[in-house]
Amino acid sequence: MSTTRKSIRAVRPLAALLTVGMLATSLAACSPADDTDSGSGGDTAASDSPEGVDDGTQLTLWTRAPMEKQATLLVDAYNASHENQVSLTITPNDDYVAKVGAAAGSGSLPDLFAADIVYVPNWTSQGLFTDITDRIDGLPYADELAQGHIDAGTYEDQEYVLPFVLDLSVMFYNKDLYREAGLDPEKPPTTLKEYGEHAKAISALGKDGVSGTYFGGNCGGCTLFTWFPSVWAGGDQVLSADGTESLLASDTAKDVYAVYKDMVDSGAIGTGTKDETGATWTGPFQEGKVGVMPYPATLLSTAAETVDVGVAPIPGPDGGESTFVGGDGIGISKDSKNEAAAWNFLSWLTSEDAQVEVLAKNNDVVSRADLADNKYAAVDPRLVTINEVAAKGSTPVAINFQQAFNAPDSPWLTLVRGAVFGDAKNIDADNDEITAVLDQ
Amino acid sequence: MTTHTTAPVSTPRPAARPAGRRRKRSALRGRGAQGWLYAMPTAVFVGLFFIVPILLVVQMSVSDWPLLAGNRGPNFPENFQDVVANKYFWPSIVFTLKYTVIATVLLLGLGLGMALLVQESTRWKGFLRTAFLVPSALGLASASLLFYALYSPQSGPISPFLEKLGLVDEPISFLGTPTAALWSTVFLIVWRFAGFYMLLLLVGLQNIPGEVYEAARIDGAKPFQIFRSITLPLLRPSLMLCTIMCVTGSLLAFDQFYILTKGGPDNSTITVVQLIYNMAFQGQNDLGRAAALSILVLLALIVINALQFRGMRQTDEK
Repeated sequence: MSTTRKSIRAVRPLAALLTVGMLATSLAACSPADDTDSGSGGDTAASDSPEGVDDGTQLTLWTRAPMEKQATLLVDAYNASHENQVSLTITPNDDYVAKVGAAAGSGSLPDLFAADIVYVPNWTSQGLFTDITDRIDGLPYADELAQGHIDAGTYEDQEYVLPFVLDLSVMFYNKDLYREAGLDPEKPPTTLKEYGEHAKAISALGKDGVSGTYFGGNCGGCTLFTWFPSVWAGGDQVLSADGTESLLASDTAKDVYAVYKDMVDSGAIGTGTKDETGATWTGPFQEGKVGVMPYPATLLSTAAETVDVGVAPIPGPDGGESTFVGGDGIGISKDSKNEAAAWNFLSWLTSEDAQVEVLAKNNDVVSRADLADNKYAAVDPRLVTINEVAAKGSTPVAINFQQAFNAPDSPWLTLVRGAVFGDAKNIDADNDEITAVLDQ
Repeated sequence: MTTHTTAPVSTPRPAARPAGRRRKRSALRGRGAQGWLYAMPTAVFVGLFFIVPILLVVQMSVSDWPLLAGNRGPNFPENFQDVVANKYFWPSIVFTLKYTVIATVLLLGLGLGMALLVQESTRWKGFLRTAFLVPSALGLASASLLFYALYSPQSGPISPFLEKLGLVDEPISFLGTPTAALWSTVFLIVWRFAGFYMLLLLVGLQNIPGEVYEAARIDGAKPFQIFRSITLPLLRPSLMLCTIMCVTGSLLAFDQFYILTKGGPDNSTITVVQLIYNMAFQGQNDLGRAAALSILVLLALIVINALQFRGMRQTDEK
């Protein structure tokens, strides 16, 4: 009897060890994925037509929420005029990276997906997109496409990404509030310092709930989108050419921070600015509660529904104008099995049909310089302003951009909050932190 | 005397014994095999959904595994070194421990108080019990979103209400400073979980036989003495259970901070799990490092829970 009990007692740990061993070896079997160098070869370009294939394929497209309106219009227009059918999935901005990451890891990325252009250098270098250099070169208007976006998606001289929807930052102002404050609604600020004056004038109205200006005080992405153009307009760069050094402690940059700090100190900013994580940063202007603030141009048609909107380029501290050529780039994923059909969508996307008849018609900027002067833009002087400033803008490129600028615990956010809500004494040290992250 | 009578009987026994043992062994093996069969479905589930993921996380933690590019081969111990060198590693541990202490003390204290209240008041018992338990109907993420809206400086109703009552002069920023953000979140957690712990402690209270109280009252004990010398000691198992649950849950706090503060303001409310999430999906996009930090958290939890269980056993033995 004791031997049977002993044998059972001996069997138990042995069985446990065996189970663990079996599971471990089964894990080792599904070990490292094959080493994919970034971008599989785009060797089929020569065989299909330069416009790809339109044969009724079901394509999947992912994009993030800020681009929802434009993406829906584009997809609907494409589906109505082509055999291929695209099904669109929109994901909230904060969850997009996790979703793409999970799909990339399991080899289940959709045929097409868009990416915030500042993340594109990182994602391209990690091999998420298919090489489409030959296909892009085959486009007759390849030289007219927004160069900043193409450059962001270029890795080791191969191109992977086309511009999807351009989002520029421009100064929006509420013409009604301007009139009430005694400012000329046709004379928007031409220098950043003037912007500060206008904001203070509107704040002095003392209207309930109305503030001079508003910004995402706890949002790295919002502030870089709206403040970088002021630095460029002042003649300075924000990053070194290779994206490993931050130049955000220059005199021009410090002048920019000083203007915003002045507005904060004089109470011209809206309540909730300091805590705004970016989830609702565009809300107050659309409710008519903000006088003047830098804003995404893609929201012109939405904001114009509720507010008499005036548009001006974002100025530097003492003049000049520039813009952040942001938005999304789009590419064919490494996991797509329908490259030719997916290219059909991309080539249509960059054609006049899509750029003018869909994007420009919706009061959006086109991605092609030769179409900037289209019939819709000419009708609305605000669009003329936006299209003109597009040529003067920039897109910063850095591999570690997200970690340095967009993440909730990024050093850029620490710099911004210290410079504008704090005592502005730590700007140089915070800037070195940004460089440390970019340089990893 | 008996040995003599049994001696002749004992000789055939050695031959019979092995046969008997074999019969017993096969009978036992039959039952043992049956037992394993019954346990197999659960064992498969435990293996598949518990053991395999842990082994995968261990593999991740010793590999260079970016989120987007996948497994790039082993790199032990780089991930662990990077994690410990991360500038938010120690602050997040300190903050998580601070939050755990505050939340446990408040939740257990209030839970016990509410349980005693519900037990004593016969008239309002049903109403009070329901009122305290209703917040448990909300998931934690939904409750966090609710409070995000309540605390919102633009559209939250609490601040204007207090201003109207004249209790405060200017709008309160619930999430704007590190201290305010911590206490606002603690308030949310207490609102959501106090009822649950009240329920657990109520069950423990009701298990104390009434005769003990009667005996104590006959002996002339005052209410506070009864509470200290009878209620608390007899409630110890329930208190221990609640402590273990509360401590483990608070050490793993994530939902409420992710939704209410996202680790802000100024990275003052980053908990350890929030740091894991940040490493995996927000910027660094490195699953290897996130897995390394997860393993460290797992080891810490094992140690803490082992200590708590030992404490529980010691008090039982007393």
